[in-house]
Amino acid sequence: MIQVIDLHKSFNGQKVLDGANLTIPTGRITVVIGKSGVGKSVLLKHIIGLVKPDRGQILVDGVDIATLRGRSLRDFKKHFAVLFQGGALFDSLNVFENIAFPLREKTSLPEAEIAQRVRLRLEQMHLTSEVETKFPDELSGGMKKRVALARAMIQEPEIILFDEPVTGLDPPMSNTVFHLIRQTHQDSGYTALVVAHDIPEVFTIADQVAMLHRGRIIAQGTPAEIQNHSDPMVQSFIKGEVDFLEG
Amino acid sequence: MVSLIRKLGHRALNLVQESGSMTLFLLEGLALAFLPPFRPRRILQEIQLIGVKSTLIILLTAAFTGMVLALQGYYTLKKYGSEGALGSAVALSLIREMGPVLTGIMVSARAGSAVTAEIGIMRITEQLDALDTMAVNPMQYVVMPKLIAGLIAVPLLTAIFDVTGILGGYLVGVMLLGVSSGSYFAGMVQSVVPLDINGGIVKSLVFGLTIILVACYKGYYTEHGAEGVSQATNQTVVLSAVLVLAWDYVLTSFFM
Repeated sequence: MIQVIDLHKSFNGQKVLDGANLTIPTGRITVVIGKSGVGKSVLLKHIIGLVKPDRGQILVDGVDIATLRGRSLRDFKKHFAVLFQGGALFDSLNVFENIAFPLREKTSLPEAEIAQRVRLRLEQMHLTSEVETKFPDELSGGMKKRVALARAMIQEPEIILFDEPVTGLDPPMSNTVFHLIRQTHQDSGYTALVVAHDIPEVFTIADQVAMLHRGRIIAQGTPAEIQNHSDPMVQSFIKGEVDFLEG
Repeated sequence: MVSLIRKLGHRALNLVQESGSMTLFLLEGLALAFLPPFRPRRILQEIQLIGVKSTLIILLTAAFTGMVLALQGYYTLKKYGSEGALGSAVALSLIREMGPVLTGIMVSARAGSAVTAEIGIMRITEQLDALDTMAVNPMQYVVMPKLIAGLIAVPLLTAIFDVTGILGGYLVGVMLLGVSSGSYFAGMVQSVVPLDINGGIVKSLVFGLTIILVACYKGYYTEHGAEGVSQATNQTVVLSAVLVLAWDYVLTSFFM
């Protein structure tokens, strides 16, 4: 279980997180929704330790990640994988090398075993072996996301964080990516945190939804509970009402 | 007046802060070279990118520099009837000053800018964050091999510059202007002492490290998207060229 407790973060004097509290249960898909620029990605980056909080705690199975250093921090990161907004595939490596990268870096598996695992993941993402030798700039947005998901899955992590997994994709490809997330989750049972603002598609994959607004989680519950939530801000966001006041 | 002093104070503080931060960045990058994994393949890749790919531009710059030095030197020396000293004049100018400095400036323009752009793009597209989340230290995977490659490649490029420049000088001095081939090389052998060569090597080591340090640092801390990468690249070329010239003065004063 991941617990975000009273998290505060400011950048250049501007408050982004202002006492955020969130519980992410093990083995479930938790989706954090909220307007663009509200701090969803910042929250996600705190959980993997890419951003240090000004105040507050992040507990992963009871361990405060701020206290981890050196080897213990590296070991902790082995349990995680992140699917970044743009995929964050390495430009200088082809698709095969990108997916194989975590295995080559962090394990001593023989090349034949690595190749087998990479091909299995490509198959799982419905990608043909022809893409193996392509470089990231030769791939479409949807393919990049699927390759990035294959790379995230390759080490069979216990926790996967998805940062806006379908941003910039057309509706069929968005549905494909959401379908793959749901399918891989069913197969592997990992804990997932998905940061997104794609309503209503996110409700189809979520076990739990939380809404971030003005640096705080203002609502948390099942998709049905959030859809029927009494908070006008939650309803306004879900219905996609016109809003000129907020960014 | 007060605001002017405040601005100057801010600038000075920023300069001190950035120098300190750059020094820590360098120390971390170099220290990681002694910790596993050692990444010899990454170092070789970077030597190819920083060194091998700069060879053509170094050959061209060196050949023309040597030719101009011979041309200028010949007409100056001729006034005193000392055309025989042309070889030593060309060789000393190249080995002591022109070789390391021009190699440094050309490497900063070609490889330094490329290094900053590469790391800057990795930063804004979250590739550095991706390395971090995979428990791969981006300083060790990206920065360290480039620093080591700079230390190896720039002295070698400087040596290529010196030799090519001397041959360029030979082409103009001996083959075009008629200076005796024997005196061109004999003068060189007599006047160039080990201290000159050592001085050139030390300079090229310092310049190589400085250029790649600035390039990596500016790229690593790039912000604000594509415009940020463009600004960082620009700053790398300007700052590393200025630092090469400043270091040149400091090191020359030690070796004189």
